[in-house]
Amino acid sequence: MPPAARWKRHTEIINKFCHAKTDKGAFVNIYESLCAITGRDYVSQEKEDTYIYSRDSGAEPPRPVDYVVMPGTVEEVQRILLFANEEAIPVTPLGGGFTLSALVVPQKGGIVLDMKRMDKIIEVNELSRYALIEAGVSQASLRAYLKKHHPRLQHSTPEAPPAVTVVGNALIQGHGHITPRYGLTSDMVNGMEVVLPTGEVCRLGSSAVTDSWYTRGPIPDLPGLFIGWFGTTGVVTKLSLKLYPRPQYREVIVFSSDDIDAIPEVIFELTQLDLLEDFFLITQEKPDWMNHIFYVVILSAHFEEELAMKIRIYSDVAKKIGNGKTIKVVENLHPALYKRFLDVPPQAAVAADFRKGGGFQYSAAILSFDKVPACWRKGIEIAHNHGMVASYVHQVLTCHSIMFGFNYSFNRADDKDIAAARQAIDESNRFILETEGMIWKGSSEAQKLIMKKMDPATAMLIEKIKKAMDPRGIMNPGNWEVPR
Amino acid sequence: MKYEDIIHRCFRCGFCKLTDDYEEFNCPPHKKYRLESFSPGGRMWLIRARLKGDVQISERYQQILYSCTLCANCVTHCIFPFKEDLVNIFTAARESLVEEGTLPPAVRDYLKSIQTYGNPYKEPSAKRGDWANGLSVPAYDGQEYLLYIGCVGSYDERARKIARSVALLLKTLNISFGILGAEEICDGNEVRALGETWLFESLAQRNIEYFKTRNIKKIITLDPHAYNAFAREYKNLGADLEVYHYTQILAEKTAALADRLKTDPLEVTYHDPCYLGRHNNLYDEPRKILAALPGVKFAEMVANRGNALCCGGGGGNFFSDILGGGKESPARIRVAQAKETGAGIISIACPQCAKMLEDAVKAEDLEDKLAVKDIAELVLSRLETK
Repeated sequence: MPPAARWKRHTEIINKFCHAKTDKGAFVNIYESLCAITGRDYVSQEKEDTYIYSRDSGAEPPRPVDYVVMPGTVEEVQRILLFANEEAIPVTPLGGGFTLSALVVPQKGGIVLDMKRMDKIIEVNELSRYALIEAGVSQASLRAYLKKHHPRLQHSTPEAPPAVTVVGNALIQGHGHITPRYGLTSDMVNGMEVVLPTGEVCRLGSSAVTDSWYTRGPIPDLPGLFIGWFGTTGVVTKLSLKLYPRPQYREVIVFSSDDIDAIPEVIFELTQLDLLEDFFLITQEKPDWMNHIFYVVILSAHFEEELAMKIRIYSDVAKKIGNGKTIKVVENLHPALYKRFLDVPPQAAVAADFRKGGGFQYSAAILSFDKVPACWRKGIEIAHNHGMVASYVHQVLTCHSIMFGFNYSFNRADDKDIAAARQAIDESNRFILETEGMIWKGSSEAQKLIMKKMDPATAMLIEKIKKAMDPRGIMNPGNWEVPR
Repeated sequence: MKYEDIIHRCFRCGFCKLTDDYEEFNCPPHKKYRLESFSPGGRMWLIRARLKGDVQISERYQQILYSCTLCANCVTHCIFPFKEDLVNIFTAARESLVEEGTLPPAVRDYLKSIQTYGNPYKEPSAKRGDWANGLSVPAYDGQEYLLYIGCVGSYDERARKIARSVALLLKTLNISFGILGAEEICDGNEVRALGETWLFESLAQRNIEYFKTRNIKKIITLDPHAYNAFAREYKNLGADLEVYHYTQILAEKTAALADRLKTDPLEVTYHDPCYLGRHNNLYDEPRKILAALPGVKFAEMVANRGNALCCGGGGGNFFSDILGGGKESPARIRVAQAKETGAGIISIACPQCAKMLEDAVKAEDLEDKLAVKDIAELVLSRLETK
């Protein structure tokens, strides 16, 4: 960007945030101030860099970014936040940046705090089964590290691409391949180190009292102040994540059915056995052989005999549900599907190329099981209304609810198609709320719908907490705002 | 721009940045800068943004395009059907900068030198064969093979030593070959990589014509970059050549030297050059040579074959240095990876890798622990002198 244009943009920011003046009344050079903190190599205001950070891979419209900063230490994060707080500059912390709903694309410009340089796996405590990691550690690197150094342990790995971050997944209440057995990634958080917008560095969980990070309680549950808040309350710099035994044997068993109304009962019965590791439902209208409801159950075991027993039990269950007429075991599973089901992580991103358009977004609902048939039908209807082929991948979350994805592929080169995807997402979000569902990682528009429906006293509580923690409103502003 | 019809299909999911097992980020510019704009997906989106007029050509845009080493890690690890075209897309984007005459000075200077001198070193063509002085290497005169050296092997001091080793070994193995010396013409691989398609095609046509005139059918190349140009690109321009990298020849012949080779223990690792490995799938031949050396214990780096980290010299960066050095430079990371194996030697099969890694060994202060040797140098050093 030419200096004059850059200065103009600076001035716009400074005027927008009227506190950005020094004692002497001179304008603060934001770029140079950030460079002084992290070094010049890790700050950019170049249009080419900010362009990439001003949009994500979903269908949300782009929003401008002024600076990208990549801190390397907690002290740098602290100094950046102190500076941003002083100058009232918005800060949006970013992990993998792959929510697809543009949660970490700033709504009010300012600084994107890309955490990927903070990528150390600080400690793995094998006996107490936890990993203490920095915010930029990717799913892939933790998985590879565990495989190499602690092969008996695993962490819950999401379907997202491997470059996304573990901390990001935990903070957006994400889920992984062992969620049906152990819960959401956010349930696996033992503790955190956080930097508050006002610069204080706090430790939460057992590390607040001891030198160990092995448990979240039993003290007030402060990690909850940072989980699901989309970066509006502070920056998580370290996180202790629970690890779990890694069984040696895994197998997939797939059932098929065409009875949409039977879905709640089938999910209930399959989870009632309490023996599965992962459980998802898929369908796809094309090709025809995929146009059924598939119940995909991943079984794992520490012993071959144990696995054989689980396979036998699940094979038999089909005979019991609906007198053996509701679901049937899929024999001779296609090798590609077999691999797709057992791969951790699976290459789910290929869905973006279904229409050779490079675009994919989904509206995700956390539903109680009884709401699935209505959403199943509605999702197909919405897809058809917008000229799309319907496809689903839903994961059962423990034995209590399901993450139901209204999936929409679109052509990134076709503005009308992008608009159609946005419209489909909006219709899905509205339907989720009408059906008493909860929208997961909702975009700014979805958040508005949620806040509008939210109990006013709860909305007021959210506002009070935000105000107390972030008095100048610098943290990812625009998210979780109470409608006026 | 070519490939305009597929460029929007990149989802920017990031598999392209990683290795097979996702253990390491493996895209050289992304590894160095860490900004998403320097990842293959970031580059794809920026090229499209430029086509749409959302960003303009700028120094940063040039830096992002030209710091890519075209190492093909993205091609190997992308999960989409258009993956084979990723390097071609990046090259096409560079072509459009050439067409508009908006090149970084280092790239412009490289191309100008090739046009003016026929080599990037601004040396006279007459000196092109000087690397062979004193070796009694025959000029090409209808022998079975032409040994093609290329610009780096002809003019760079370090690479010349490698060229001499290769020639000596071929002689020792009684391979029938000759060289072109001053008549050799630049193969143009880096010219193409930097986006100057017209100049590349002109060099290629000159070479193809010359090879025809001299009835040259079989070529052994010193440099994997030249191998890539001849074996892949020239074929598209109608060349009918049998092309070998010298490691392919040695792989078949080294065992024959067994009783003349030293047997004292030596621990060696191997760095896969991108233009040999990922671009042309030649992974086994260098390893076969090492396996044929008595006493040599081979220690594989964790990141090997399709997962090998580029030395940082590819895509023209050996000359332009747009990716640049520093602690996060791929060559320095690569020698650290080599050190982890415990081997005392990193063997290589590319004169450009040799130079990049040798500089990195110095920068990492590992000179007393790690030596960089071309495979030909290594084999020669194991030959008992009679």
